[in-house]
Amino acid sequence: MSSVSLTADVPVRQSARSGQIGTRWFPFFMLLPSFVLILIVTGFPLLYSLYVSFTPYELLRPGSDAFRPEIMFRNYERLFADPVFRRALGNTIVFLFVTVNLEYIMALGLSQLLARVTRGQGLMRTLLMIPMMFAPVLVGFQFRWFFNGEVGLVNNALSALGVTQEKIPWLVNEPLGMIAIMIATIWMNLPVTTIILLAGTLSLPGEMFEAADVDGASGWKKFRYITFPMLAPFTYIALTIRSLDVARAFDIVRIMTDGGPAHRTELIWTYVTRLAIEDTKFGMGSAMSFITVIISLIFTVYFFRQLVKARIVG
Amino acid sequence: MITSVSPRRRLNNALTNGLAWLVLIALALPALWIVLTAFRPNSEINASPPVWIPQEFTLDAFATMFGLNPDVRQRVAVERYLFNSLVVSLSSTVVAVFVGTLAGYVFSRFKFRFHTLAFLLLMFSRSVPGVALSLPLFLLFTKLGLVNNLFGLAFVYVAINIPFTVWLMDGFFRQIPYDLTEAAYIDGCGYWSAFWRVDLPLSLPGLTTAAIFAFLASWNEFQIASVLTRSNDARTFPPGLFVFTEQFTVDWRGMCAMSVIMMVPAIVFVILTQRNLVRGLTFGAIKG
Repeated sequence: MSSVSLTADVPVRQSARSGQIGTRWFPFFMLLPSFVLILIVTGFPLLYSLYVSFTPYELLRPGSDAFRPEIMFRNYERLFADPVFRRALGNTIVFLFVTVNLEYIMALGLSQLLARVTRGQGLMRTLLMIPMMFAPVLVGFQFRWFFNGEVGLVNNALSALGVTQEKIPWLVNEPLGMIAIMIATIWMNLPVTTIILLAGTLSLPGEMFEAADVDGASGWKKFRYITFPMLAPFTYIALTIRSLDVARAFDIVRIMTDGGPAHRTELIWTYVTRLAIEDTKFGMGSAMSFITVIISLIFTVYFFRQLVKARIVG
Repeated sequence: MITSVSPRRRLNNALTNGLAWLVLIALALPALWIVLTAFRPNSEINASPPVWIPQEFTLDAFATMFGLNPDVRQRVAVERYLFNSLVVSLSSTVVAVFVGTLAGYVFSRFKFRFHTLAFLLLMFSRSVPGVALSLPLFLLFTKLGLVNNLFGLAFVYVAINIPFTVWLMDGFFRQIPYDLTEAAYIDGCGYWSAFWRVDLPLSLPGLTTAAIFAFLASWNEFQIASVLTRSNDARTFPPGLFVFTEQFTVDWRGMCAMSVIMMVPAIVFVILTQRNLVRGLTFGAIKG
């Protein structure tokens, strides 16, 4: 059944039957508060920052928020000429590509492993949920400590295991800093993705696997041709939820390295904050924050469309 | 049921179980380390070579945090942050869940023009990163005098939490058979009373899940709070934690203790929603 046909179709006749003028407008009034609130908190600020992004607005220069058509694209031109911005954008793209893919592959593997566990499934699921108790700021703090060169758990463990006595400056060296941030991000996001894929795997009908057994299919073939395709809707739910939160990496990076040293771990979100909030260059900051909106939108639209497709086919 | 398990199969199972335990323990270990550290004496934490197995248990870190330790004068206003966080999270959760449930109900039960478009718009608004919102909101709130104001922050959190509430509640309402709503109409209920008396009570587990998600999202939010709150009057826990890390010397144990306190609501959440969580997030895929 497609998701569309699940919605109740309310014929006009029925509204007339209840004999109230307001009933036809019922959906409208129910939606109104949500949309008004979102318009104020999201819609208006977005439009305003779009406007500001075309002006040279700086807090300490009065009158600098006036719109002048001849220089309206200057912020965007400057940004793309700015090596730090280019670096931050590049870092962000690599960061998103690596974390989202690795996370998904690891979650897929872990969910298949957990689905085969014969004992203590409940306890294992609780254990799996432990990273979910950590807010992004806490994840950032935790890994900042673990990867600390002097007192960090990672270096202590490496020296206790006899791997190396060196005090590796994880968060300072390139590309170790980026890798540390990716590890923290994956640690934080792995449980939710795994739990959704595990729920999907456990809900697959058993008959198909029995039929495959009769045909003598190997474990890999069963995974490749039955489990994996049937998990598609769950995959896209997981990725859609994940895509809504890509910018949460900001919290982690802000606490672990704050984009430093020397912009080595600068992501577009940390750079916006530095430019706009700390240097009060609101015009430039708004131009860049608009670019972050576009990145998030691309992610969400892509995964959401896949999700809708998968739902209708499934 | 009698099944004969071959030795090979048994070995296979043992390997699977062992591997699963290994992976999960490795995942949970960092978290465990943070919690353990909060209850250890500083001498043990800073020891070199490191003491791996905790020897002593102490609540010292918590005493220091709340100012009960006479040796430590300087500290951050943890209780103030906690109070602010609680006020903002609780109030925004109540409003967001109420408002979002109204919208979610309409999306699940009615067909109207722009149904899909309206739903997509809601989801898009959720995907706008906090960084992009915090800056214009800061400018706007400066003009309105809402910076450093608990009400202002709660207002923002309401709007941010609505889309996910709508998405969850839309799913939960879809699981309630439409026959029940229809029966209510036949018995003379209008749309509102059918919603209020029939569908809403039946969606109670969904409401709980949505409320917990909204609460945690507000409780954990850092980016917007760090921009919109500038002093202890309105600073919530996550930016407060950040202030703590920015201090001259980082007190790692104190940070662990703060982490433990901040995690309490999340722990309650995981215990409460073990089952509902998965169902709530994946209903669409199962229903097809």
